[in-house]
Amino acid sequence: MIKFFLMVNKQGQTRLSKYYEHVDINKRTLLETEVIKSCLSRSNEQCSFIEYKDFKLIYRQYAALFIVVGVNDTENEMAIYEFIHNFVEVLDEYFSRVSELDVSFFNTVFHGTWQMHSGPYQEPIDELPKICSALEPQQACFSPDSSSFKGAASTTPIY
Amino acid sequence: MSDIVEKTLTALPGLFLQNQPGGGPAAAKASFSSRLGSLVRGITALTSKHEEEKLIQQELSSLKATVSAPTTTLKMMKECMVRLIYCEMLGYDASFGYIHAIKLAQQGNLLEKRVGYLAVSLFLHESHELLLLLVNTVVKDLQSTNLVEVCMALTVVSQIFPREMIPAVLPLIEDKLQHSKEIVRRKAVLALYKFHLIAPNQVQHIHIKFRKALCDRDVGVMAASLHIYLRMIKENSSGYKDLTGSFVTILKQVVGGKLPVEFNYHSVPAPWLQIQLLRILGLLGKDDQRTSELMYDVLDESLRRAELNHNVTYAILFECVHTVYSIYPKSELLEKAAKCIGKFVLSPKINLKYLGLKALTYVIQQDPTLALQHQMTIIECLDHLDPIIKRETLELLYRITNAQNITVIVQKMLEYLHQSKEEYVIVNLVGKIAELAEKYAPDNAWFIQTMNAVFSVGGDVMHPDIPNNFLRLLAEGFDDETEDQQLRLYAVQSYLTLLDMENVFYPQRFLQVMSWVLGEYSYLLDKEMPEEVIAKLYKLLMNDSVSSETKAWLIAAVTKLTSQAHSSNTVERLIHEFTISLDTCMRQHAFELKHLHENVELMKSLLPVDRSCEDLVVDASLSFLDGFVAEGLSQGAAPYKPHHQRQEEKLSQEKVLNFEPYGLSFSSSGFTGRQSPAGISLGSDVSGNSAETGLKETNSLKLEGIKKLWGKEGYLPKKESKTGDESGALPVPQESIMENVDQAITKKDQSQVLTQSKEEKEKQLLASSLFVGLGSESTINLLGKADTVSHKFRRKSKVKEAKSGETTSTHNMTCSSFSSLSNVAYEDDYYSNTLHDTGDKELKKFSLSSELLDSESLTELPLVEKFSYCSLSTPSLFANNNMEIFHPPQSTAASVAKESSLASSFLEETTEYMHSNAMEVCNNETISVSSYKIWKDDCLLMVWSVTNKSGLELKSADLEIFPAENFKVTEQPGCCLPVMEAESTKSFQYSVQIEKPFTEGNLTGFISYHMMDTHSAQLEFSVNLSLLDFIRPLKISSDDFGKLWLSFANDVKQNVKMSESQAALPSALKTLQQKLRLHIIEIIGNEGLLACQLLPSIPCLLHCRVHADILALWFRSSCSTLPDYLLYQCQKVMEGS
Repeated sequence: MIKFFLMVNKQGQTRLSKYYEHVDINKRTLLETEVIKSCLSRSNEQCSFIEYKDFKLIYRQYAALFIVVGVNDTENEMAIYEFIHNFVEVLDEYFSRVSELDVSFFNTVFHGTWQMHSGPYQEPIDELPKICSALEPQQACFSPDSSSFKGAASTTPIY
Repeated sequence: MSDIVEKTLTALPGLFLQNQPGGGPAAAKASFSSRLGSLVRGITALTSKHEEEKLIQQELSSLKATVSAPTTTLKMMKECMVRLIYCEMLGYDASFGYIHAIKLAQQGNLLEKRVGYLAVSLFLHESHELLLLLVNTVVKDLQSTNLVEVCMALTVVSQIFPREMIPAVLPLIEDKLQHSKEIVRRKAVLALYKFHLIAPNQVQHIHIKFRKALCDRDVGVMAASLHIYLRMIKENSSGYKDLTGSFVTILKQVVGGKLPVEFNYHSVPAPWLQIQLLRILGLLGKDDQRTSELMYDVLDESLRRAELNHNVTYAILFECVHTVYSIYPKSELLEKAAKCIGKFVLSPKINLKYLGLKALTYVIQQDPTLALQHQMTIIECLDHLDPIIKRETLELLYRITNAQNITVIVQKMLEYLHQSKEEYVIVNLVGKIAELAEKYAPDNAWFIQTMNAVFSVGGDVMHPDIPNNFLRLLAEGFDDETEDQQLRLYAVQSYLTLLDMENVFYPQRFLQVMSWVLGEYSYLLDKEMPEEVIAKLYKLLMNDSVSSETKAWLIAAVTKLTSQAHSSNTVERLIHEFTISLDTCMRQHAFELKHLHENVELMKSLLPVDRSCEDLVVDASLSFLDGFVAEGLSQGAAPYKPHHQRQEEKLSQEKVLNFEPYGLSFSSSGFTGRQSPAGISLGSDVSGNSAETGLKETNSLKLEGIKKLWGKEGYLPKKESKTGDESGALPVPQESIMENVDQAITKKDQSQVLTQSKEEKEKQLLASSLFVGLGSESTINLLGKADTVSHKFRRKSKVKEAKSGETTSTHNMTCSSFSSLSNVAYEDDYYSNTLHDTGDKELKKFSLSSELLDSESLTELPLVEKFSYCSLSTPSLFANNNMEIFHPPQSTAASVAKESSLASSFLEETTEYMHSNAMEVCNNETISVSSYKIWKDDCLLMVWSVTNKSGLELKSADLEIFPAENFKVTEQPGCCLPVMEAESTKSFQYSVQIEKPFTEGNLTGFISYHMMDTHSAQLEFSVNLSLLDFIRPLKISSDDFGKLWLSFANDVKQNVKMSESQAALPSALKTLQQKLRLHIIEIIGNEGLLACQLLPSIPCLLHCRVHADILALWFRSSCSTLPDYLLYQCQKVMEGS
């Protein structure tokens, strides 16, 4: 089961956080710092799964933004790994070339869409395509080439 | 997809930012003018954390002023909420806004309400008190005609909702399952999933509706219901076997691409849905050939379809492999799965390699030959740069450890341990090494050295069971006495060498182990005198880095040795120094030692050599003080009252405002009384048996003439403090040098110097040493997950008698919770043995009781009441058609008796125990099977009676019950008759024991028979069992109640409204007694105490109090689910009548 979902940038600033189990607010900051630290310490040759305390972290990096999901050990790591990508694809579709700042500005939007389409402790997984199709009914859900998506990763510093 | 609801929802985010909806990018530009935009911009512009903090504090204080100002409109409030959410996400406390978030959800228009709900779901957690304020709003919105409002309410319910308030919304949400819009249905299912997670008992009755959701024409609703099913099947797979076909069909459709195209992800159809289904199938097919056969085809199909090279297909493949190896094996599938694993493991992609290792780890228990195939890859992974890969490899090795490769594997683990800094990893690995060492140790020296390494590395973070088990192992020994002595001697010698080393620091736990071993077994030494050992211990005692807890252990060891020593200069010096110690505990020990030292005879009898395993008999009632107490009473002292009684009296005096029974504060003071560390009296008693004997005596002992003196309370804290001590100790681990580790390091250094080719050779060598022993048992042991290798150090199994009453069960529970992993096999053995024993006893008892038809009633209720309770009651038995041919269970074995006598014996048999109505469970033209339950004192007796309706003779009729997960079903003898005469009946009885608490379970079985030597037929049936079938009255006294009450952690409170007829407490309690089999202990004024137990012996206590027509129920139990369940049942009973 998913315990939390984080978007943190390289500087350690939290862009989005969602906890599926209550964590004390002070502990959240601590946890987020430790999580990003352990993500930053990994190289490309190392695998995208980390053991952290008694749960597993699964992370993916898009430009300077890390998306980290904390799960317990019943979860299929690869499925979550791809779920992150699915999530980003949806964002990209919605914002057309999503950037890090979009995420922080639309914090509430994110929570909003997500909340509307997900179950409590469970990943919104199959719901995401639906959000998308609901957003733009005319367009195809996902373009087969994800090349457009690479651009999404780069954060365009607006300010 | 493009219906109105979805569109409205889509539009909402845009509206948030006070802008016309117009798609993402447009809104993005507009957002910069908003207040949130400027806040985000401000924070991004800052460079230091300090500045950020300042800015946010400023923002928060302005927000605080705004939200509490009366002039703030809801629109502004919504704006504030958005900013508060942001601040809180960054880690700043915004709790002042919580109440306003709730208000916004209550009062706002559609959009504001939505922000309010969102804020609430992000701010609050389940047990937050403010959440109760939300309940009314949710109820109102659920009834709203506006779809969006309904959706919002359902969403918030599925995220956070107070458990106690579930009954308030449950019917509303149930209605929504029939809603015409799929989004509402889906959300309703998810809300019910949430309820199932937090309070499974409350949604028990709607299980049938979940089936409807599973068959919903909308894919989303179906997918949502899978969450619930996965969960329920995990808990009880036998109840859902009939759904296997549906899951297989669904998976077939998904794999075949029958879903709408928007569910595709990179042209893979609904991958996460597939994974979910595969998991469910794996659980269903486990150890069940018939169910497994249904799914072979679809698994094959999945494996074939997932050949695309994409990460998500790998995820599916991994799940497939997992499922293939979980279910009843089929060689073709296994072959394919093995190939798949090979592909993963050999892949250059690191993530895939990880996945492969994980799959291999799972698979290897069933098929060790796979490890042989991939041994070189495993060796490479063992030296991989990525510590995570290494870790996973060690996990794999741990699974294939046997007596031959243990040394190499443990050495590898220790190497990793020395590089690792993370506490969690250390704790985990250390536990595994200790377990392996205990199981497979090749010789004494190796065992002691490995355990030394474990203690010095694991230090004080490791699980307290490890040193405890180790000491117990040493103390209890094995079957061979000389080998025991050698092991102990070796331990003593190695510790003395370790203590000789200068400037080495050992963790406190290790020192404690050393001091205990030295204290107990130094006498085995030939050369060294006890004086020398004492001198070493003394040196440690004077060391400042040793904690005071360890010092207590040390002093205990010195005390034991003193009786063996001849001259005692050191001891005198020690006494001299510690009798003036500032630490009271140390001083106490020193004084004890001093007095014992003066009386050598007493000392010798008190501290005998090598007697640590023998049980101490303790007079727990302190009866030797009776005279003293009587004297005190005669001189006018007030009689002692137990703590809870005093509390109660105090409460009753100030009754005006206090509505809670007892009060919560009293638990702490009773138990923390004495903090005596494992010192003299306790140090020698590791097994804890003395406590048991003590308690047993307490139960039987009667103090006449004197009312409740300070017996039991005085004793209990002592027991408590011991466990506390053994699990205590804080200091951080320290590095130290161990022989074993030294070897490892030097070996590694060498290997670095070696040339490439030599390295290769080394690897080959390592491989052969690692995988030795796997080949020999290479016959694929598919089902045999049982550990066939016998323990090297098998403990003597002490046969403990199963004792009646709740004390044993509580003891057992603590026992099992403290028992380590390594202990599991042994424990299992023990429990199954006792279970078996009790089963036998039951048998005897039963045959006895059925012989003595008129024997005294064993159940608590008087006969009359029993009759009135059993709604079936005798007359109805005869009125019922299929009932008149009931056979008495016992006599059928011998012959088929006449109907009239049958009826009478059935009647007599059932007066003895309460029993349920007979129900027909299945029938066809030849036979009909009906069943009823008999609630015996110690088990549930299921009786199936099979009636041959046809005029023909049936051959070899037999009834079989499938093994169920939560129950242990034992067949009573004399069931199978080769021939079944025409138009006759016979009964089969099975006693059912509960193995693990559950809420509802099914017992399925089939009846097979031959007819006229020609065709054989089979008929399946299933019977529903609820936990209530295993609830029995628990007869204890009020005093015991008070004591037990304190010792239970799980409690549940609820007020229930009583109906007119039972407004008085006694009648209400009587209802509970009759319907739920609770035992009424005492009724005091408007309060009542009741107790019951879940078989075999999990007690549950109930405290009731009446106010007007409200009955306040307060349950406590040692089992967490029991109170919930009983509460639900009580509610049903109270409301139903």
